[in-house]
Amino acid sequence: MQLSLPNLPSSERRPAAQAAGRLRAGSPRYRERAIKAALGLCAAVSVAVTAAIVLSLLGPALSFFGEVGAAEFLFGTEWSPTIKPQSFGVLPIVAGTLNVTLWGLAFAIPIGLGSALWLSEYASPRARRAIKPVLEVLAGVPTVAFGFFAFSFLTPLLQDLWPSFLGSGPNIFNALAAGIAIGLLIVPIIASISEDALRAVPHGLREGAYALGATRMRVTLRVVLPAALSGIVAAIVLGVSRAVGETMVVLMAAGSTPNLTLNPLESIQTMTAYIGVTATGDIGTGTLEYRTIFAVGLLLFAFTFALNFASIRLVRRFREAYE
Amino acid sequence: MTRGVTLAGRSRLAVAGARAAVRLERRPMRERLWGGAFALALYAALAIALLGLALLLLDAIADGSERFGLGLFTEKGSGFPERAGFQNAILGTLWVIGGVIVTCVPLGVGAAVYLEEFADRRRWWNRLIEINIQNLAAVPSIVYGILGLAFIVRGPLDLGFVPLAGSLTLALLVLPTVVIAAREAIRAVPPSIREGALALGATEWQTIRHQVLPVALPGIVTGVILAISRAIGETAPLLLVGAATFVTFNPASPLSEGYTVLPVQIFNYFTRAQDEYLALAAAGIVVMLVVLVAMNSFAIWLRNRYEQRW
Repeated sequence: MQLSLPNLPSSERRPAAQAAGRLRAGSPRYRERAIKAALGLCAAVSVAVTAAIVLSLLGPALSFFGEVGAAEFLFGTEWSPTIKPQSFGVLPIVAGTLNVTLWGLAFAIPIGLGSALWLSEYASPRARRAIKPVLEVLAGVPTVAFGFFAFSFLTPLLQDLWPSFLGSGPNIFNALAAGIAIGLLIVPIIASISEDALRAVPHGLREGAYALGATRMRVTLRVVLPAALSGIVAAIVLGVSRAVGETMVVLMAAGSTPNLTLNPLESIQTMTAYIGVTATGDIGTGTLEYRTIFAVGLLLFAFTFALNFASIRLVRRFREAYE
Repeated sequence: MTRGVTLAGRSRLAVAGARAAVRLERRPMRERLWGGAFALALYAALAIALLGLALLLLDAIADGSERFGLGLFTEKGSGFPERAGFQNAILGTLWVIGGVIVTCVPLGVGAAVYLEEFADRRRWWNRLIEINIQNLAAVPSIVYGILGLAFIVRGPLDLGFVPLAGSLTLALLVLPTVVIAAREAIRAVPPSIREGALALGATEWQTIRHQVLPVALPGIVTGVILAISRAIGETAPLLLVGAATFVTFNPASPLSEGYTVLPVQIFNYFTRAQDEYLALAAAGIVVMLVVLVAMNSFAIWLRNRYEQRW
């Protein structure tokens, strides 16, 4: 038997201890205070990082928008900032990001969620103990490896398997192979977080359903899945923001052609790939081309920020509180 | 604890009851077929995930096998594929990651200790820090590259394209990971341990330093290793802070211009699009995978080994 004190920060938890301290402390305890301040400073660094990100994006981006209208940037359908005549319509590379993300999710959601459901509802404890660490280890595979895999394995495979009656197959750089590789990359994230959410569903709910004669499939789909929905949604949103922000796979396997299409067979360019390519090329600091990096980066940041915010709200809204 | 035991007992009873019900009256054929198909589909999902990752490993090994050998470690970047290797990139990675460890670990653990042990959640700034860390964890890595370019390479710090700039950029990138993992480890230490120490007259910092942190250490180390292995494999932000240049010499110090790291060197060889360089890139991927899988396995083993139930 153990004491079940709520896990509150120490300052709320120990009024008695603090009162005693106040009565007896013979010294002002400068060392304690200094340490607390130093630790607080460490925590404040994270806020400074966010501020620095916003500042570093905003400065050059604003001066970019001084020269190129925001409407032209956001709704233009032609993206060629480095080739004359220049045009700065961001939609083609937004479409590229969307293209790859959609194909990635089409792969990752069924595979990741299916794996999570199997691990939590069907697997024996031994199988789960063996397989979950494997998924976790593989979550650490670097993204260059996925990019290489997409280019050297998936694309040739897709080209071979492509049935001829569907027209010509995938380009050597294509969104589909990159999408599948990104899907594979986020499967461990979705599977691992969803599995945690599924396992957190109290056993009483499953027992109730079983007692009413439900089969395992019904219990899984009608009881456990809805109860864990908030965690699963959070897992998927996290996967989406990883897919949107993924750079190396698209840089290596999807090509670098801004292309306003959702066709998975064509070569495309994403927002991240544009930043990667342009920043490593030889473009002078301070030029308009250079500042496009920051404008696109700001858009990307806003995108993932909104996604994350939505996920926090969604989780709060759909969370079912048990006990 | 006792609650858990009763639940397990109840669930055993429930399962036994359900089994008995099944034996009394078989379910309709259709229901059983659907159930079987569903189980099969879940099984297939997991099999595809594991197969995909196995293929990734095998493909890199098959493509890179001709280049396996000591040459990978003794040769530097070169315009001749047969004389090219990864020595300078591996040394660059060591410099960069050394810098990440030195900067990120104290900051991350310090922040976690503050948030778990001192922060009063009723204060808005503490809630802001918490939400902020959650948000930072979801910021795309390339955005950190832009930050590094604007603030560290140029701008206020103005370090130039040196390994230290890469270190600082990656340290900021993995900081949320370290904070979140360290917080979980610290939170898992039961309050009774703290109360015991405080009751004996220890100050708050003495309690944390001598009671809480030693118990939380395995969890913290696991989080740190996972964060470092992420930093080792991270490529995109380093492209922006100077690692992208093709370098043929070893970095001399954290402040010497001209460095590259292993994943960026792999990407560089990859973009040369000659078969010899592709094989070299694949061999580099295998080297990196061996290191990272070993590190991650150790971290997860450590976590499972020292996981304490109170």
